[in-house]
Amino acid sequence: MNTNPLTLEAHNISKSFGNIQAIRDISLTLARGEMLGILGDNGAGKSTLMKILTGYHQQTSGELLVNGTKVMLSSVDHARSFGIECVYQDLAMINTLSVYHNMFLNREILRRGPLPLLDHRAMRKKAEAALEDIGVNIPSVDVEVGALSGGQRQAVAIARAVASQAKILLLDEPLAAMGAREAALIIALIERLKARGDVSMIMIAHNYAQTLDVADRVMMIQRGTCTFEGRSAETSAAELFDIVRREYQANRVQG
Amino acid sequence: MTSRSAAQPGLASTKSHWHHLLLRFIVRAPEASIAVVGIILLVAFEVLSPNFLTNANLSTVSQFFSPWAIIACGEIMLLICGEVDLSVGQVFAFAPFVMHFTAAAGLPLFAGVIVALLVSGLLGLAIGFITVFFGVASFITTLGAMLLINGLTLTLSGGFPIDTPSTPLAAILGGWNYSEVFWAAFIALVLHLVLRNTRWGLHTIAVGGNPTGAAEAGIHTARIKMGNFVLCSVLGGFAGILNAFHVTSIDPNAGGANVMFLAIASAVIGGTSLLGGSGTILGGFIGAAVLGILQDGFTLLGINAFTFDIITGAAILITMITNVQFAKLRLRNRI
Repeated sequence: MNTNPLTLEAHNISKSFGNIQAIRDISLTLARGEMLGILGDNGAGKSTLMKILTGYHQQTSGELLVNGTKVMLSSVDHARSFGIECVYQDLAMINTLSVYHNMFLNREILRRGPLPLLDHRAMRKKAEAALEDIGVNIPSVDVEVGALSGGQRQAVAIARAVASQAKILLLDEPLAAMGAREAALIIALIERLKARGDVSMIMIAHNYAQTLDVADRVMMIQRGTCTFEGRSAETSAAELFDIVRREYQANRVQG
Repeated sequence: MTSRSAAQPGLASTKSHWHHLLLRFIVRAPEASIAVVGIILLVAFEVLSPNFLTNANLSTVSQFFSPWAIIACGEIMLLICGEVDLSVGQVFAFAPFVMHFTAAAGLPLFAGVIVALLVSGLLGLAIGFITVFFGVASFITTLGAMLLINGLTLTLSGGFPIDTPSTPLAAILGGWNYSEVFWAAFIALVLHLVLRNTRWGLHTIAVGGNPTGAAEAGIHTARIKMGNFVLCSVLGGFAGILNAFHVTSIDPNAGGANVMFLAIASAVIGGTSLLGGSGTILGGFIGAAVLGILQDGFTLLGINAFTFDIITGAAILITMITNVQFAKLRLRNRI
């Protein structure tokens, strides 16, 4: 087994789109089983960073290391081969298909035999087991995803990523557009995943209090650069708010 | 959800419990509602007309609806993945001519049938390619193809019908009274299996239900759409060949928009959503039979043919309204 304590490292990552520099010299580390929260405003560069980590974009400069080995993630499939899975904000769920079909979408289990037929029973069973494994409660795996609540859908999407052997799970705004009760369920789910310790996570979020609550460490990204990094236990929401206010005021004077 | 049904007072009375289960079945199984309509029509026409359930009339009805039942299977796959083919009725007329001229060139008739189906498939591929890679809505692509293929047929035929070649194959290919309906039922069963039990079927639903999500999951959405265009065109060509042998004439004006509209109508009243993402092949087959029974029953009763269009139009509107209402109920998990 790999003994490197860091599952993911990024050194001085920059990305430009033509003349626009989306992110500049961002470095981060993610330890095995750790949860890193990334905070920042819209357009700050969080999504660009996330898309570089999923292999969707390639960095202009800087390097990425997975388990201590330098890699250039050339595509989403390439990143997946290292166990990097992303739960997108739109969840990539098909509302008109059942929960178990969604959980095995494009990774279907086929029956033995000459005809390539779907093994509904095996998929249903495995989907049930995978959901139970991380404590997700839904009425039945036969229910269409469109009939689930936002929180349930998010939970199913996370379960799908975990079930596909994710080692590094990227969560893009998992608590956005969700009521307090639903958000609490997802936070509890993330806590359970952390307790298991076999998956490391990076969560992009807006809400300081929630992020400080679930993440081991937090990073703040503003205007494409990292302006703060610290352990959640030693950071307060007020401190983060102060950084944002200073940045805001500085730019107001300049502008 | 469980607490809701446990708390339901209706469970105390068995009668309303059965009523609830029946309602649930009809809403959940999209084929059920159209099947009920079909049975009611069968009974009604049998009561009203002594000739309805006779061998002669049943073979007439089956020959009547088989062409659009076969085409409906292809349209359903396309509608589910979020597309539509308006030109399939022209492929219906075109394919028998390709078969005829291939055979006339000296190849055996069987090869002629294969070539005709291949050419139909190529037409579907071209339509699919234009739709997917040039981003033209399939409604527009196939509207253009409709005229284009009709022009091809008229040019190839010179505008005149010809007789089908006499061959022992003819009986299998639509000559025997029930062969068309056997083909239609066989195709519907196979495609029902494909839709419910293969990756192709599941991915077809996924592509229509959420194209971005399907692509993010790694599904080749372009391949799925183009494949279903090919399938629909091949079925259109095959239905055209069956029909030609049945009427023993290859007619440049056969099929057309009429058979295509009836196929789409069958799909829709059978429970396939025009918005993509859901549908049923068996429902479409029953829908096609219902349209056939209606048309035949009205003829037997001596009701004006124009009335049939009014009834068909109204049936589609009513089905769409109930489909939308049922979908809302299902989403709210009420039934």
